[in-house]
Amino acid sequence: MHIPDGFVNAGTSLAVGGVALGTVGVALRRTREVLGERQVPLAALTAAFVFAVQMLNFPVAAGTSGHLMGGVLAAVLVGPWAGALCITVVLAVQALLFADGGLTALGLNVVNLGLVGALGGYVVFAGLRTLLPSGRVSVPAAAGLAAFASVPMAAAAFTIELAIGGNVDVAIGDVALAMLGTHVLIGIGEALITTTAVGAVLAARPDLVHGAAADDVRLELRPAVSTSVG
Amino acid sequence: MSAIPTPTERRGAGSRLWFLGLAVTLLLAVVASSYASDDPDGLEKVAADEGFRASAEDHDLAASPLSDYAVEGVADDGVSLALAGGLGVALTLLAGGVVFWTARRRSAPDRLP
Repeated sequence: MHIPDGFVNAGTSLAVGGVALGTVGVALRRTREVLGERQVPLAALTAAFVFAVQMLNFPVAAGTSGHLMGGVLAAVLVGPWAGALCITVVLAVQALLFADGGLTALGLNVVNLGLVGALGGYVVFAGLRTLLPSGRVSVPAAAGLAAFASVPMAAAAFTIELAIGGNVDVAIGDVALAMLGTHVLIGIGEALITTTAVGAVLAARPDLVHGAAADDVRLELRPAVSTSVG
Repeated sequence: MSAIPTPTERRGAGSRLWFLGLAVTLLLAVVASSYASDDPDGLEKVAADEGFRASAEDHDLAASPLSDYAVEGVADDGVSLALAGGLGVALTLLAGGVVFWTARRRSAPDRLP
């Protein structure tokens, strides 16, 4: 379940919606700088993949399930800005066609999953990559750890939104604790799925993984190989 | 076939991978979705436990034919979910394609294909 209408009041939803709109605007501009024509199908498929996996709720605790958020997954595959757009497209399809996630709450969900989850998660990923030793394992490992962190990060963002503009009469401290606790568990699932998916694409076509592009590529000049003719 | 893949071969390999990815995606949405947990997710559970679940308003578009991942008019729940999943993948692919096509980098005409 994404945030439905009614949890957060109209004013806060609108303000956060403005932030969401701004984020999408920047994401579109930045994506234009880097996304070549040939990468369009991959980006679109990444969005579709996130949609599919978000349908797969997995149990995390008694009576509670979680589902993939997909922000770090998308960001590592197609870059942070295109990744944020992937998440936004998924959320829009879900809210407009599947009644999953409120309409006035769409901005909240875009900020939490797209800005905090994808972009914020990518910042964590990039930071981890500078810390981890370089090598084939570092990309999926960093992606997994960043994915793990991104889920409670998004949960914290919701808690802040609820604290600022909640339409509800609750003890925010209790909510914060409960949200973080649950979403740390869900983060484990997110990490496993993200590591697996990134690892799979990396094994098949590492050039398709944006997050691996920073790897040092050493080019050597070699003498031309002579070919025997006839 | 040479040891070093030609650009055409690499493009072919890329397409194959894309279709494999699409197949996996559809498998997940159409088949695996039936096995998903029915328990409320983290947000819903916390909302219920902390007493604000009921504040959720009905969705403005709850009358949508795909509302709640069920296809209106399809009697069997399993088929309904599978169909909704498949349609969702297709629609997201389409929407994503439109967004990313319009957001793509426009460059000078390629010197080489």
